[in-house]
Amino acid sequence: MTTETTVQTPLVVKDLKVYYHTRRGPVKAVDGVSFQLNRGERLGLVGESGSGKSTIALALMMAHKEPARIEGGSIILNGSNLLDDNDEQIRLRRLSEIAMVPQGALNSLNPVMRIRDQVIDGLKDHNVNMSVGEFNGRVAELLTSVGLHPDVASRFPHELSGGMKQRVSIAIAISMNPSVIVADEPTSALDVVVQKQVVQTLRDVQERIGAAAIMIGHDMGLMAQFASRIGIMYGGKIIEIGPVANIFQNPRHPYTQLLISSLPDTRSKRRLEGIPGLPPSLLRPPPGCVFHTRCPEAMDICTQDIPITRELDPNRFAACHLYDDSDGKEVIL
Amino acid sequence: MTAQSIASNNGSELLLRADNVSKTFVAGTFRKHYTHALDTVTFSVPESPPTITAIAGESGSGKTTLARTVLGLVEPTSGEVIYRGNNVAEMSRAQHAEFRREVQVIFQDPFESYNPFYKVDHVLRTPIRRYNLASSKSEADGIVEEALRTVGLRPEETLGRHPHQLSGGQRQRVMVARAVMLKPKIIVADEPVSMVDASLRATILETLRAMNRDLGISILYITHDLTTAFQIAENIIVLYKGRVAEAGSVESVINDPTHPYTQLLVSSIPQPDPETQWGREQEARAEDEIPLTGCNFYDRCPLRMDECTNADPPLYRTAQNRITRCYRYADSPVHLAPDLRSVFA
Repeated sequence: MTTETTVQTPLVVKDLKVYYHTRRGPVKAVDGVSFQLNRGERLGLVGESGSGKSTIALALMMAHKEPARIEGGSIILNGSNLLDDNDEQIRLRRLSEIAMVPQGALNSLNPVMRIRDQVIDGLKDHNVNMSVGEFNGRVAELLTSVGLHPDVASRFPHELSGGMKQRVSIAIAISMNPSVIVADEPTSALDVVVQKQVVQTLRDVQERIGAAAIMIGHDMGLMAQFASRIGIMYGGKIIEIGPVANIFQNPRHPYTQLLISSLPDTRSKRRLEGIPGLPPSLLRPPPGCVFHTRCPEAMDICTQDIPITRELDPNRFAACHLYDDSDGKEVIL
Repeated sequence: MTAQSIASNNGSELLLRADNVSKTFVAGTFRKHYTHALDTVTFSVPESPPTITAIAGESGSGKTTLARTVLGLVEPTSGEVIYRGNNVAEMSRAQHAEFRREVQVIFQDPFESYNPFYKVDHVLRTPIRRYNLASSKSEADGIVEEALRTVGLRPEETLGRHPHQLSGGQRQRVMVARAVMLKPKIIVADEPVSMVDASLRATILETLRAMNRDLGISILYITHDLTTAFQIAENIIVLYKGRVAEAGSVESVINDPTHPYTQLLVSSIPQPDPETQWGREQEARAEDEIPLTGCNFYDRCPLRMDECTNADPPLYRTAQNRITRCYRYADSPVHLAPDLRSVFA
C-alpha cells in the first residue's frame, strides 16, 4: 500500500470475522465484514441488538476478549495490519492511531482520579515527555476544545454531569490526534439536549483534527445527524452501505426499506409498522440470505445462496438477490 | 376540589385526578438535602372518551415520580391523587384491590419485570388467580390466549417459554397482554419502548394505540422521547424540574413550542432525515448567580429577561388548547383553573 492511500484511507477492514466460541458452537457475531474509512469521513454503523455492531467496535480496538476470537480478515490501520501486531505494539497504537469514545451509559472514567491525571495518564503511557506545565497546558487546551472550562481538570468524575463526562472521554480520545475515532453508542442514557451537544462536539473535534470517525448505534435519527455515510448491519454482515442522504431517500435492501419506513417522525401521525419476525440466530444462521426469513420479497434463491455485494451506483453497495440481474459489478466489500 | 376545577371539568366524570401533587425527597442525616421531584402538578384523565396523554421530560423532570405517585407507589408530600372519587392514599382494602386491577403499569425494562426462573405462563396466570378472573383451568387458558392474540403474539410460540427465550419486544408485549387481561381502565406506560429496537418499537406503540382505540383503555405515556409521544398521544404535558412547563394538544406543542424549554427539546430531536439538520442554537450557560426565586428554567433559558427572576411565572393560556409557563406570554390570560382538563378538551 502506498503512503498516499494510507493518508487518504486510514482504515481498511477486509472480510473481518469475529466468532464467540460457545459450548454449542461458534456464534458468528461478525461474519465477513468489509469497509473502509477515508480521512475526515464519518461512517455510521447501524443495526439492531445482536447484529454485531458492538463486536466490530471491540475488534477495531483489539479489545475483544475470550470467548470472542478474530477468525479471519484484516484490519489495516494506517497501512499496517493490526492483526499482525503483538500486544505491546497494539497498546502503543491505541489512542495514538485509533481511539475510542465509550458508551455514555458506562462510567469509563476512574472515579478516584482527577480529570487532569486521567488525561495525562494516557499521554505518559505513550511515552509523551513534557514538563508539568506543558502537560497542564495540553489538558486545558483539550478540555477547552470539547467545550469544557479548564477548571474541570481538577475535578473528580462524580462532580461532573453525564454530558460533561462524555466530553472528557472525547478529550481523552483526541489527546494524541488519532487518525480514527471509534464511538460506540456515545450518547446512550443521555438526555436529548445533552445528546445533541455531545454529538456536535464529537463532530467538531473530528473535523478539526481531520480524523475519520465511526459511530456505532441503533438510532437512525442520530445517524442522519452525524454520519456522512451509513452502513446497515444485519445478522453479522453489512447488507447495505452508502452516502447518508442516498440511503434515506432510496434504500435498496428490503431490510433497510422496512427499517426506514418504521421510523416515527414529528411531521404526521401515521400507522407505525414494525418489521415482522425475529433477528436470526447467529449460532445457526439461516441458509442463503440471513434476512430471508423476514423478507417480504424473498425468492427461492434467497433460501439457498448467500447474496453477493454489488455496487449498484457509485459508492452504493447492497447485498441482495433482487439486484442479481443489475449490471452492478461484484465487489468483495 | 376547588370551584375552578369543577368548572373546568364541564361536568364530565373524572377517572383519575392529580390535585396539586408535590413530592419532596429528603436525603442526608446532618445536613438535609431536599429534592423537589414534583411541585404542585395538577392534571386529570376523563372517564370517557379514552385518551392517550404523554408526560414528557428529561431525567430529573419528575415524570417517573409522577407515574409512581399516580400508581400509589409513592405517597405525595402534599396534594392528592383521586381515582374515581377516592383518594388513593386513603382507600379501603376493597377499593385498593379494585384500583390495583383497574390501573395497570408497564415498565421500561421488560427484563426486570420478570423472574428468570418462571416461565412466561406464570406472569400471565398469577393475576388470573389473584383476581379470580376464571373459574376453571380451561377458562384461564382462554383468557391468556386471547390476551396474547390481542397484542399480536401467537400463544403456541409464547407459552411454555422462559423470558430469555423471547425477544425484548415479545417480552414487552407479554407485559402489555398481562395488563390488558385485567381489563384496566388506564395503563401507565413508563418508557415502554426505550429499551427495544426500532423495528419492534413501532409494533409496541401500535399495540398500545389499538388498546386505546379498540378496548377503550386510557393511557398515560411517560417518555423522554418527543417523537414517539407525537405519534401516540393526543395531549402532552411537558415537565421541567417537577413543574408543568407547557401543555396542550401534541401537534400544536411539538410543531409550535412556546416555552423556551420545549423549544430546546424539540430542536434537539435527531430527525431521521439528513436534510433536516440540527440547528446550532444552544441553551444559555448558567451564570454565577442563579436566583432562588423566579422561573426554574432561568439558568438555561436563552430568552431570559430581568423580570423572570422576580417570581415564578404562572401558566398562561396562549390558545384554546395551550398553556405555557413563561413571562413572554404575559399578555395572555392567566390559566386559573389548576386542572389541565379544559385545555385538553
